[in-house]
Amino acid sequence: MTSAITKNPRAMKSDDGPHNDYSDRAKAERRLGWLLAGPAFIIMLAVTLYPIIQAFFDSLYAFRLTAPDEREFIFLQNYVTILGDPVWWRDLAVTSLITVVTVAVELVLGFALALVMHRALKAVRGWLRTAILVPYGIITVVSAYAWFYAFDISSGYVNSWFDWVPGIDQDLNWFAQASTALPVIMASEIWKTTPFISLLLLAGLAQVPDELTEAAKVDGATWWEQMRKVIIPNMKAAIMVAVLFRALDAFRIFDNVFIMTNGQYGTEVLSLLAYRTSISRLEIGLGSAVSVLLFACVLLISFIAIKVFKVDLSGSTGGKR
Amino acid sequence: MPGNRRIKQQKKRIRRRSGAVTATTLGLASLLLSGCGPAESGVPTLTWYINPDAGGQAAIAERCTEQANGEYRIETSLLPNDAAAQREQLARRLAANDDSLDIMSIDPPFVPELATFLAPVPEGVAERTTENTLEGALQGAMYKDELVTVPFWANTQILWYRESVAEEAGLDMSQPVTWDQLMEVAATQDVELGVQGSQAESMTVWINSLIESAGGTILETPEAPADEIELGLVSEAGREAARIIGTIGDQELGGPGLATSTENTSLNLFQGESGSFMVNYPFVWPATQSAVEGGSLDQAVLDDIGWALYPRVYEDQETAPPLGGINLGVGADSDNPELAYKAIECIVQPENQTEYFLTNGNPPSNSESYEDPRIEEQFPMAETIRQSLELAAPRPQTPFYNEISTGLQQTWTPPDEVEPETTPEESAEFITAVLRGERLL
Repeated sequence: MTSAITKNPRAMKSDDGPHNDYSDRAKAERRLGWLLAGPAFIIMLAVTLYPIIQAFFDSLYAFRLTAPDEREFIFLQNYVTILGDPVWWRDLAVTSLITVVTVAVELVLGFALALVMHRALKAVRGWLRTAILVPYGIITVVSAYAWFYAFDISSGYVNSWFDWVPGIDQDLNWFAQASTALPVIMASEIWKTTPFISLLLLAGLAQVPDELTEAAKVDGATWWEQMRKVIIPNMKAAIMVAVLFRALDAFRIFDNVFIMTNGQYGTEVLSLLAYRTSISRLEIGLGSAVSVLLFACVLLISFIAIKVFKVDLSGSTGGKR
Repeated sequence: MPGNRRIKQQKKRIRRRSGAVTATTLGLASLLLSGCGPAESGVPTLTWYINPDAGGQAAIAERCTEQANGEYRIETSLLPNDAAAQREQLARRLAANDDSLDIMSIDPPFVPELATFLAPVPEGVAERTTENTLEGALQGAMYKDELVTVPFWANTQILWYRESVAEEAGLDMSQPVTWDQLMEVAATQDVELGVQGSQAESMTVWINSLIESAGGTILETPEAPADEIELGLVSEAGREAARIIGTIGDQELGGPGLATSTENTSLNLFQGESGSFMVNYPFVWPATQSAVEGGSLDQAVLDDIGWALYPRVYEDQETAPPLGGINLGVGADSDNPELAYKAIECIVQPENQTEYFLTNGNPPSNSESYEDPRIEEQFPMAETIRQSLELAAPRPQTPFYNEISTGLQQTWTPPDEVEPETTPEESAEFITAVLRGERLL
């Protein structure tokens, strides 16, 4: 409403008010807007911008929490240490692998689920949506434990249920090497967050006008052609937003890895490295540098998505394009 | 107009109600800000940060509050579940000069790191509280030859075995046994050893005991700054430790789950069909008893369990079992350090330690506490535990324990990849690089 008023200031101008660009009402609304959003904005600055600046500041020091007197300014040395260390690159590779695989699988699965929800009969639609959303409603730590206990060699049932599958037997210790632990971690992640992506895609599907698909049908387009030429191009914005949100989320994966392997045997991810350096080792300087680099990675992903793949964040949230 | 009046009245009511809400909120906020509910006036309150247990520490706090006759009151505050998270919370609070840390339950390996933040132990207290302390437990409470914490209860690993397996293998368990003997039994009898091969603190515990039992030590220079620390891993003792761990891993003597095995998983293995020998803490006994009571385990398993001292590395050299437990420290920023030490003297009384063992299963650090006849009845292995605590060797005592421990865990796992010729050297190089700030951990 505010935008409508500000776009046509003359139309809304009051007869006896001063002749400036905004009417009294528009000004009052702007003031009210600031009053309503201002506190939230200030709190956001306090809880996000301030810690980011503090982390960057700390990252320039050699600073161990239990030896505060030995704090020393070392400029970018922490970054040099991290970027020259194979642990950082290994963790970056593991994190990227998890991000790419989970987002790709979730996109396909989520799209299929969105189609099912979209096409489902009215009678079952509510039930279906609830059923699909259940995993998303479960706390990640709880789902991580559930997956851990299912695959654990001493208490799990997966080995005995699936021992007919080549490569799986009673003695398979899933969490003793990255080649088997990472697929379990990724499966848990996919199970948990596919509903999120399918919800975003469902919103995208609902935006595709029925006339377009009907017109395509009349023209004799097959199901696949309708999908490829009409539906998917028309919901590209929703797909890209879903991919971006999930990619950023997946890149910060922590809970599943923390519970299932705690990073052992080459399954460590960047968030866990930051956590272990800052919280367990109490190396505030080095840990802050890891966090800043992790933040830079997330910024880079957003930048690539918005600039290269032209993700339009306002388009899918109802704004004007 | 009646409509207007009604609106006015409503407004008034709302104003009155919101006034009441504000008053309640302010009241609650001031209660929260003051940190607690109404306190007994005049009696100083000491906060004791305890590790989670079966309620034993809270019971002792209550008893000591009663005995103090109004001189002080002990309130307990719960720390996180695992030892590493307890250390993290204590370190953060101490570094932030939190004055609520009157008394703290501290795991021995973290004592040196936190020592600079602790109030010194008064001479009289040190003397009185360590009169009959078992040697291992005493070592764990010291740093740089000084008592910096007061020993409370002490933990150690002993060798648990299935009598039937030992008998079949012809092992005389009344005599000390060696790791080589156990490995041979496991290899020839098709049974599995209960050891902890996970990339976790339990791995450091195992490595340390093997190296100490072989006459070596992980840390050569306990008092050196981080970048000058020298490690004793590249030594005969280090290679011997690596040989034992590597052989158990390589020959799969610890079962298929060895690489992720912790104290609890090795207990499951031990209670199972292939159980034979296991190194583990005394919790094994009450845990097995309650499993039998709960019906998930056969009484025959419990009857088949025997115990002995931790295995030796060399036949003719005494073993050095792992040491754990809890020591009590007082925060340097506490408002009442003297009262806190007074309370600690009450907490660690031999009779409290006995009671704590009987109710919570945590062994006393004071040898006098073992004399109560109820202990022998409830824990038939108490004498073995006491002996083990005399021999126990603490883990590396340095403020950089966390780096050394994590470095060891990362380089000595999985057990089947541990090689006596390369692992000690690689791990020493890695840990010293981490300590010099050249590598990430």
